[in-house]
Amino acid sequence: MTTKLVIGLDGEGSGERALRFATDLANKIGDCELIVAYVIEWSPYSFQTAEENAERHKRREEEISTARERVVDPAVAQLTQSGMKATGVVRHGDVAHTLNSICEKEGGHQIIVCRSSEGGITKRIFGSSTVNLVMSATVPVTVIS
Amino acid sequence: MKYLKTGFFAGAAVAAALPAQAQEAGTLDEQVNAVFAEFTGPFVNLIFAPLPGTSFPWIVLWLVVAASIFTIYFSFVQLRFFSHSIALVKGDYSDPDDAGEVSHFQALATALSGTVGLGNIAGVAVAVGIGGPGATFWMILAGLLGMASKFTECTLGVKYRNEYPDGTVSGGPMYYMSKGFKERGLPGGGLLAILFSVFCILGALGGGNMFQANQAHAQITQITGDYPGWITGLIFAAVVFAVIVGGIKSIARVTEKVVPFMGIMYVGAALIILIVNYDMVGWAFGQIFAGAFTGLGVAGGFVGALIQGFKRAAFSNEAGVGSAAIAHSAVRTKEPITEGFVSLLEPLIDTVVICTMTALVIIISQQLIIDADTGNYMLNEAGTAIATVDGNSGVALTSAAFASGISWFPYILALAVVLFAFSTMISWSYYGLKAWTYLFGEGKASELTFKIIFCIFIVIGAAASLGPVIDFSDAAIFAMAVVNITALYFLMSIVREELRSYSARLRSGEIKKFAH
Repeated sequence: MTTKLVIGLDGEGSGERALRFATDLANKIGDCELIVAYVIEWSPYSFQTAEENAERHKRREEEISTARERVVDPAVAQLTQSGMKATGVVRHGDVAHTLNSICEKEGGHQIIVCRSSEGGITKRIFGSSTVNLVMSATVPVTVIS
Repeated sequence: MKYLKTGFFAGAAVAAALPAQAQEAGTLDEQVNAVFAEFTGPFVNLIFAPLPGTSFPWIVLWLVVAASIFTIYFSFVQLRFFSHSIALVKGDYSDPDDAGEVSHFQALATALSGTVGLGNIAGVAVAVGIGGPGATFWMILAGLLGMASKFTECTLGVKYRNEYPDGTVSGGPMYYMSKGFKERGLPGGGLLAILFSVFCILGALGGGNMFQANQAHAQITQITGDYPGWITGLIFAAVVFAVIVGGIKSIARVTEKVVPFMGIMYVGAALIILIVNYDMVGWAFGQIFAGAFTGLGVAGGFVGALIQGFKRAAFSNEAGVGSAAIAHSAVRTKEPITEGFVSLLEPLIDTVVICTMTALVIIISQQLIIDADTGNYMLNEAGTAIATVDGNSGVALTSAAFASGISWFPYILALAVVLFAFSTMISWSYYGLKAWTYLFGEGKASELTFKIIFCIFIVIGAAASLGPVIDFSDAAIFAMAVVNITALYFLMSIVREELRSYSARLRSGEIKKFAH
């Protein structure tokens, strides 16, 4: 049976460490498929102006395209070049919830993320995305420091 | 022409239009007021002309009849699909793969930010101040019926919107008028669309702009003391200009985030006052019901209360006006009717909940003077409105009512009014712009022209006195409703087909909730 690992990237340099760890782990496991995921933080309950709403679809497409070009595609290319079977996915939503949803939908066995770069008051009130993921995920989560 | 020499741009625009008699008047505010009243008078008189032999404005009947017809035609859709509307807003029926698109909640919140505002604060005070507590009853009824009007127009707004290749959308009555009529083989859709666009521009400049600036100035002077209105207007115009022309989105974003909290705080403060005065809530509702059918001494009796209630409800929730159809058309959905269901919550939140809160606080605060002998309300010297403790009207009356329960609340209210006014202006600048570009085409020069005109009218609105501004604001908004509702009558069968199809699929389980 193929083991599926979901790698959550945050677009920062720390993502490189998550990719290295996932590659090492996949090599040890053998039959393994890697799913590189990037979640664009978004809430359906945020407030927007009428003009922002009218342009939202266009912006969404641009955000997905930018995330693919800058984060996901290079990571997938890097994994593929090193002989891994890898695919990429970009989604909008709450980072922790969406990463877990992607994992469930793809039949993933583990989520690998780097320690979140969030800080300040947001982290104190709502907790970081990483902590939220660890608390709510339905599969094992590995957090790379 | 002296204003041109001083470089006062907005003042120059106004001064250039001044007739001779206004030039003789004293201050700039007085001049603006005189000119404004003269220019807008005939339009206002036409819109508010009474039915022959009565004092009942035909436009009020027009709105009430339309809302009643839509309610019956769609078999009380506002009741039957109320819980489904809540489920849609919660996102129960939203496809997770569409995450990142405009959600039902966002479309509703955006539309509400254009309607929740001064209509709920100042408009209710005007209604209760003139029509007495009984106006509240008619306001609530208008809100409940208006839910069906909103449902109809917003469903059509999404169904017939324009989706451009770059992914942006434009929607609203002008699009369902032109495309919907053409689809049904009906003539006149193009003409209606043009008429609607003209009135929408006037509505954007009136209710969506001048009324806001006017009442924001009134509220600020309650705190700071009197000073010329054009100063407030100029500051507002500068900030709005920075957002809509300068593209400083951060100001709009901050406002859009703060406004909902101000709304919650406003309702919270009203609730606190009602809880503290819980022993008077029953009496207040008694006044509302008694006033609804007797008038309790107000000018025009119960008809006066009814007219004021319906007028201010329509101005506050804009049901049937068509503005919401522009705001709601941005939502991403495969089922246009779902946005209709969501939009019907707007009049409920705006009118039935928030306006009623304001009215109850005004009644309980006893700012309206009651004749101890008769139990009726006493009229002011002119006999046009109920006499108030400090002679307040409009937003000043609401402020005084809240201050009687929470002494420092006028400061919060002043901030809320300014933010509500600003938020409504931003929303209406968009609605007006959409109508403008429908008429004159997309393009930077065309859009800039409208935006500059919009900013000039902010100064005029802040400088003019309440009477002419509120009359023109009402007239412009209601003129939109005349054209919009005419179109809705011709297109409502399309909405009924959508409703039947959707209901059948919902019952059969074809449309189901997504697991989130």
